[in-house]
Amino acid sequence: MPVSILKQGEYLIASIQSALTDSEVLQLQDDLVERVGRFRSRGVILDVSGLDVIDSFGSKALHTIAVTTKLRGAESVIVGIRPEVAFAIVQLGLGLEGVHTALDLEEGLAFLNRRIEEADGRER
Amino acid sequence: MAENDERRIAIGSDTDLILARQEGRELAAKLGFSRTDATLVATAISELARNILAYARQGEIWLRPVHENSRDGVVVVAHDAGPGIPDVEAAMEEGFTTARGLGMGLPGARRLMDEFQILSEVGTGTTVTMKKWRRHG
Repeated sequence: MPVSILKQGEYLIASIQSALTDSEVLQLQDDLVERVGRFRSRGVILDVSGLDVIDSFGSKALHTIAVTTKLRGAESVIVGIRPEVAFAIVQLGLGLEGVHTALDLEEGLAFLNRRIEEADGRER
Repeated sequence: MAENDERRIAIGSDTDLILARQEGRELAAKLGFSRTDATLVATAISELARNILAYARQGEIWLRPVHENSRDGVVVVAHDAGPGIPDVEAAMEEGFTTARGLGMGLPGARRLMDEFQILSEVGTGTTVTMKKWRRHG
């Protein structure tokens, strides 16, 4: 599958390298949710810069990943949405509400670090 | 643009969907579409191919260049011999969905393109024809 999932400390970093079939997208959803539990991950970064099209199915899948990993206790952030793909998502009438996004991997990591610091701060 | 730029892509699995949108993007790029507009065309093709897979299981997508009134554009025709759509108007409404949950498909594709026409007959099939024109400037 053209997706690599790396464990980096408390985070999982999934990078999609090229276009995915629908069954590969569903497999990715399952893999991420399962690995959040297996590695006790607190954050997930999904890098979609390899996707040249995100249609209604793709947008729905991003939303599903964000919500299911959240239900498993991990914050998710989608990074690397290409500018032209952003226009297509908007024109399709989908806004990815409830999904955290960041420009790139670096911003995504910074976002997760802030969220987890906040969460730990509240617990103290 | 020559006639032989017409391409037909058989749609029968989710890998065909990827092929169809790649072909659509290539044709749009060749006709001088911007990267954004080529992506909108590819995304609309994806939605129509998805509709074919969900409702008819198989069908085909035709892509061809069009030149009309000194404008250049791309024509996408999605055809299937599936069950047809009993209520086309309802299917084109925002948020319309069936058990298969494809609410965004047709209205989404219409928003991405400049022209959109749908012909459907129950028991015969569905043909969707969409066009997008190259923007100048």
